[in-house]
Amino acid sequence: MSKVIRFAVKLSAIITFGVLFFMIGHILIRGIPNLTPSLFGLKYTTKNISLFPAIITTLMLVVLTLLVATPIGVFTGFYLIEYAKKGSKLVEIIRITTETLSGIPSIVYGLFGMLFFVIYLDFQYSLLAGTLTVVIMVLPLIIRSTEEALMSVDDSLREASFGLGAGKLRTIFKIVLPVTMPGILSGIILSVSRIVGETAALIFTLGTATKIPNSFFSSGRTLALHMYVLSTEGMHVDESYATGVILLLVILIINVLSTLLSNKLTKENRNE
Amino acid sequence: MSSKSFEYFMKGVFLISAVISVVAIILICLFIFTGGIPFIQEYGLKHFLLGTEWKPSNTPPSFGILPMIMGSIYVTIGAIIIGVPIGVLTAVYLSKFCNNKLYKLLKPGINLMAGIPSIVYGFFALVVIVPIIRDIFGGTGMNILTASILLGIIILPTVISMSEASLKAVPEGYYKGSIALGATHERTIMSVILPAAKSGVLSSIILGIGRAIGETMAVILVAGNQARMPARITKGIRTLTTNIVIEMAYAADEHREALIATAAVLFIFILIINGTFLIVRRRSKN
Repeated sequence: MSKVIRFAVKLSAIITFGVLFFMIGHILIRGIPNLTPSLFGLKYTTKNISLFPAIITTLMLVVLTLLVATPIGVFTGFYLIEYAKKGSKLVEIIRITTETLSGIPSIVYGLFGMLFFVIYLDFQYSLLAGTLTVVIMVLPLIIRSTEEALMSVDDSLREASFGLGAGKLRTIFKIVLPVTMPGILSGIILSVSRIVGETAALIFTLGTATKIPNSFFSSGRTLALHMYVLSTEGMHVDESYATGVILLLVILIINVLSTLLSNKLTKENRNE
Repeated sequence: MSSKSFEYFMKGVFLISAVISVVAIILICLFIFTGGIPFIQEYGLKHFLLGTEWKPSNTPPSFGILPMIMGSIYVTIGAIIIGVPIGVLTAVYLSKFCNNKLYKLLKPGINLMAGIPSIVYGFFALVVIVPIIRDIFGGTGMNILTASILLGIIILPTVISMSEASLKAVPEGYYKGSIALGATHERTIMSVILPAAKSGVLSSIILGIGRAIGETMAVILVAGNQARMPARITKGIRTLTTNIVIEMAYAADEHREALIATAAVLFIFILIINGTFLIVRRRSKN
């Protein structure tokens, strides 16, 4: 019996990591030879399926989303931990809200974004509509990581700051925030990987235009969307592989960053 | 502004920030449900949910979403059958069988797996799994089985990380006690540790179900997308999520409202799954 169990457990682990490494290997091997310089041409044309505009659009979306979502998420964390009374109704409601938000599938966000931002507010398919939709999606991630980071801060730190005559705001921004930075940062990194990989929430909000958006109100497509469109068209398999390589690289970098960060976090906790 | 009134001002800013996510969820419910419910009332809830024909371009059109509901349920069950045993056992491997060195190498692999965009999984399934299934079973290779395998892989990291965390949280004494009574390492894990971590494993499965039912773009690539009642696992199907994306681009009027109503049904499914998740987790905390 023991042998059977041991075998099943090991087999499962082999399947899991086998699939992971096979998938990454397959995409890298088939994709890297297709990373030709012309793929990074400034313009997407029917002859040259450039992914450069998609890279720039992805960057724009990530930066804009973080610019909006980070302050809102971090401030929410401040309110929940530093200001609200423990167990107050509002805190309870916000907790349930963020938990519910994090479970909603991205297609529902996408449809909501289309109905509200694109049609009701008449933003059309645009960078703005896409950004705002994704902001709502990543808010729970930033709120949760901020909350967790704030909760782990020792109260004596706050009390010492108050004791020295600092006000509440000053304590939060000068004392608490620096200590919680790595925790908040890990939430932001998680958000980046969510935004980079997103497709269903963006197809009807950001749209799928092949140009680099030149204003908040023009459409574009991110790398993930680019890969989706190419895969459904089925005409540009090589370019899909190449896009897959870029996406994997981005995710790999993000993962290394977040692993380093969490190692740093656990080390700091041990030192205390 | 004096420093005291600035303190009040910033407290207001924090409060407003905190309320934004509440406003967002209210808006989401408002727009999805007011967009969908009038159509359901007009068309009839029974006809909508239990109708087996989805033919938006017929005259008169028929908007029965039972094929899509069944499609979603089939591929989700398929994903659970494939993903949960492998996921839970991999979690067991990570927490109880592999040494520290290997763990440090493998654990980031699971995190990486969770971070890989679902479209990449979908593309991989399209170019690798679909041809294999086509060779074995004939047809197009885009069917319930392929979609289930794809979703089974996609839910793996979710199932593994949560199960692993709950396995690790089981007190060391359980393990030692069982070993002291003469049970083997394997027996202890299967009959003592896993049952003790039951609620965490269960939560991980519920989260996986939510993930599988909500997945859209990857499924479009491999499910075949035929809006008909699922017959065999080697036949193509369409899910609730894919129905929305495939037709939303050109739908108008009643057809569009029917798609929003589809999203409303999906949303209710998700709310039920989330609710179950919260209840299970709360129970395990007590």
